[in-house]
Amino acid sequence: MNKISDDISKDLKDQPKFTTDIGEKDQDHHSFDLGEQTTLKKIQHFLHGNPTIVPVIILILSVIAFGFIAGGKFFSAFNLSLIVQQVTIVGILAAAQTLIILTAGIDLSVAAMMVLASVFMGKLSVEMGIPTLPAILVGMISGVATGAFNGLLVTRLRLPPFIVTLGTWNIFFALVIFFTGSQSIRSSDIEVNAPLLHFWGERINLGGFVFTYGAFLMIGIFIFLWFLLNRTAWGRHVYAIGDDKEAAELSGIRTDRMLVSIYAVAGFVVAIGAWVSIGRVGSVSPTSFYEGNLDSITAVVIGGTSLFGGRGTIIGSLFGALIVGVFSSGLSIAGLDVLWQRFALGCLIIVAVGIDQWIRKVSN
Amino acid sequence: MDKKGVKLMDPVLVAKKLSKKYGKVVALDNADLELYPGEVLGVIGDNGAGKSTLIKALCGAVIPDSGEIQLDGNKVSFTSPIEARKLGIETVYQNLALSPALSITDNMFLGREIRQKGFMGRILKFLDQKAMAEEARKRLSDLGLLTIQNINQLVETLSGGQRQGVAVARATSFGTKVVIMDEPTAALGVKESRRVLELIGEVRARGIPIILISHNMPHVFEVADRIHVHRLGTRLCVIDPKKYEMSDAVAFMTGAKEPPLN
Repeated sequence: MNKISDDISKDLKDQPKFTTDIGEKDQDHHSFDLGEQTTLKKIQHFLHGNPTIVPVIILILSVIAFGFIAGGKFFSAFNLSLIVQQVTIVGILAAAQTLIILTAGIDLSVAAMMVLASVFMGKLSVEMGIPTLPAILVGMISGVATGAFNGLLVTRLRLPPFIVTLGTWNIFFALVIFFTGSQSIRSSDIEVNAPLLHFWGERINLGGFVFTYGAFLMIGIFIFLWFLLNRTAWGRHVYAIGDDKEAAELSGIRTDRMLVSIYAVAGFVVAIGAWVSIGRVGSVSPTSFYEGNLDSITAVVIGGTSLFGGRGTIIGSLFGALIVGVFSSGLSIAGLDVLWQRFALGCLIIVAVGIDQWIRKVSN
Repeated sequence: MDKKGVKLMDPVLVAKKLSKKYGKVVALDNADLELYPGEVLGVIGDNGAGKSTLIKALCGAVIPDSGEIQLDGNKVSFTSPIEARKLGIETVYQNLALSPALSITDNMFLGREIRQKGFMGRILKFLDQKAMAEEARKRLSDLGLLTIQNINQLVETLSGGQRQGVAVARATSFGTKVVIMDEPTAALGVKESRRVLELIGEVRARGIPIILISHNMPHVFEVADRIHVHRLGTRLCVIDPKKYEMSDAVAFMTGAKEPPLN
C-alpha cells in the first residue's frame, strides 16, 4: 500500500498535471473544485467521502444529550446493554433492508417474511413434533424463497420494488394468519418442545452489561455483510446496480440474476432474524413486528444509506438502528410519552434524508 | 500513417452486407465496413443514416437480420455486448457506462474482477484489491493519464475528460482487438476534447484499431486515417481525410455531391 502511494506521489511530481495542462479557465464546470472552498463545502465533501460519519455523530450527540436529560439511569450498564438487546431484531431487518435499498429498491415485506419464517420454525418443531434443527432449516428456506420471490417479481415482471413488496407484505401476512389461525405459539410450549429456538435469547453478563447471544449474532451479521459488500465482486455489483443499472449491465453484470440473488440473501438474513426473534420475544406471535418493515427502513435511512441506491454503508444501518434505540430509551426514561418518541423519530428521518440530499449535491 | 501500407494488411474487423429492418424502416441495407490494423476509422453520417445501428451490430447491442461479421478473418456472431467484449471488441459508450459512486479501480474491473489466490479467493471469493489497483494504475499510466491522483477515488469526483480516460483505459485491456468509441467528445469542453483526441492517438500507438463515431467533423478529420461515410443505411464511400475537405464530407453525407468511386 505504501509503495503504491509513494509511486503515485513520484509520478505526480514527474508528470504534468491535467489541470495545469488544460488551464484553470476551462475547468470551471468540470473540475473538482481545486480552488478555495468554504468551510461548509469542505464539510460537505468530507461527509460525501465518509457517509458513516453522520450517523456516528448523531449517535454520539444523542447519547450525550440523553445522558443530560435522563440522567445517570440512562448511562447505567444495564440500560445501555438493554438498548442493544432491544434493537437486535430491527438491526437484523435493517441489515437485510440495506442490501435492497443499496440497489435503489425498497422492501416493505421484511418483517412479514420474518414472522412467516418464525411460524414455520415454531409450528413444525412445537406442534408437529419435527426435530428443531430441520424445522429451523425449513424456516431458513422459507426466508430465502420469499426473498427470491420478491426478486423474481421485481426482475421478471419489471414492477417497482415498492409495489411488489407492498403486495407480498400482505400475502406473507395472510399466510402467517392462515398457518397459525391467529394463534400464538406459547413461550412455555417452545421451552418444553424446542428449547433450541430460544437459544439466541439467552443472556450473558459482562460486568453489568447484559447481552443476549442474539446481539452478538446481529453484530456478526453486520461484519459478515460488510466483508461481502466491500471485499467481493458480488458486493461491488450490488453498489453498481444501485448506482446505474444500465451501466452495470453494459459492464457485463447480469443485473437481473444479481437482483434475485440480492433479494434471496436479504431473505436469508431475515430468516436468521426469525430465529433470533423467537428467542427475543419468547413466543411466536402472528401479529408481532407489524411495524418492523418501516422500522428497518427508518434505521437504514438514518444510517446514511441513500434511497436512490448505490450509496451508503452497511455499518451505517447498525448505527441507525442504535440511534432509534437510544431515542426510544432516552425519551422513555426521561418520562416522555410514547407519542414524543414517534415525533422525534419522524423529525430524525426527515433530517437524515435532508442531509443525504445535501451531501449528494457534491457530485453534480 | 501510410495508407497503402495499411491496405496491404488483412482487416481486423469486417462487416459484410449487414441488413437490419425495424418494421418497414430499413436501418441497415447491405452495409459493409472494414477496419484495418492500427488505424482510426472515422464513421460519419447524417442523423437517421443508420450509423448507430451499424455500430450497435458491431458491438453486439443489435443482432442484424442478415450479413456477417468477421474478426481476424473468422466469422463471429454475438447476441450481447458482453459476448462481443469476450471476443475482444470493446465499446466506449457515449454515456461511458461507469458507476459514479464506485472507485476508478472498481469501475475498471466491474464485471471481470480479479480474485485472490487460494482459499480466500476461490472459496470466500475475496477480491485481490492490491492487484486490481496496480493493474488499473498501470493501464492509466500507459495512456498518460496519471494525473488522476488516487485510483481509489470515486469516479464522480473526476472531470468529464478524466472519466472518458477511465472508460478508455477500461476498454484497452489485455486482449482487446478493436475499440469502438461512440461520440467521445460530445459532452466535453474544448480542452478536454483535445485531451481525449490525444488519448485516441495513444490507443492507436499501442496498435489497437479504433472505430470513431462522431458528429464533430474537425475531430474526425484530425484523428481519423480513413473516413467511412454512411448514407441511407449503407456505406456510401470511404475517403482519405487528407484529400478531401470537411465540406466535401458533409456534401457526400447529405447527398449534395456525388461520392468518389472507390
